[in-house]
Amino acid sequence: MTEQIVIVTLLTFLVISVVGIIVLRNLLAAVILLGLYSLVAAGAFVVMDAVDVAFTEAAVGAGISTILLLGALSYTTHVQKPQKHNNYAALLFVTVTGALLIYGSLDLPGYGSATSPVQAHPEVGRRFIDESILETGVPNIVTSVLASYRGYDTLGETAVVFTAGIAVLSLLGRRRRLTRDEHSNSTDEEDLV
Amino acid sequence: MSFVASMYNYWIVIVLMMAGLYILITRHNLVKKMIGLSIFQTSIFYLYISMGKVAGGTAPILIDEAVQYSNPLPHVLILTAIVVGVATTAVGLALIVRIHESYGSIEEDEIRVQEAEDAQ
Repeated sequence: MTEQIVIVTLLTFLVISVVGIIVLRNLLAAVILLGLYSLVAAGAFVVMDAVDVAFTEAAVGAGISTILLLGALSYTTHVQKPQKHNNYAALLFVTVTGALLIYGSLDLPGYGSATSPVQAHPEVGRRFIDESILETGVPNIVTSVLASYRGYDTLGETAVVFTAGIAVLSLLGRRRRLTRDEHSNSTDEEDLV
Repeated sequence: MSFVASMYNYWIVIVLMMAGLYILITRHNLVKKMIGLSIFQTSIFYLYISMGKVAGGTAPILIDEAVQYSNPLPHVLILTAIVVGVATTAVGLALIVRIHESYGSIEEDEIRVQEAEDAQ
């Protein structure tokens, strides 16, 4: 019961911070609220037994992505311009979509159900819990699945992060030099491009 | 009451997802759009982790006393998704910085006006 109250409170905080993000036009405040949102989500993940996800979310979601957003703001601008037209059509669209999704959610197994297909499936759910210690010798099941059973998936993830790193460097690294050259002397622009 | 309690997680996920989608559709500021995308992503993480939870279970780290563990597989999938999500955010923000250098604005409608002027 206490656990349920903690989860409901944390989830309500999430919704409040998202409403804040929608309303605020100061982007700096919105980014900090997003960091808060990620941190509250990490707390809720701990209550839902996902400790590995919680510290990844706290480090990557609340830490790195906040820093990236702040960095982007420092190169651009802090204020979002006011909207010129109304958003009733979009509001109607998300309300209808949300209502349909809630209607669909009524058939889902309840939160914490031990008999749901996610938990009861013999190959994907039970097997890791029962046999991973015998097959890999690692007591943390999440680690053994991540690094052993789904090792190629993690390798693919590394490739994605590497590609993203190259993309960011090629977008920003060369251009920075170019703009600096433009300021010192405006010649040779064709060569650099 | 207990039905509402058992569905509360899913409904909050849907509210967060729709809030993220609403920001993506209506806000013309590109950084705000990235924030909306992050909210949308986190709501999906939340859905997965909620599904993995077993009432009375504990974190999937083997100990002697535990009788019931939550499902570790959604946790693994979401660990990957979090890292990939921040990588895409980084690329998106790098594009925004470049757009700001070229157009002097990160508002979508202003960029569109400049594009139309350039085309003439």
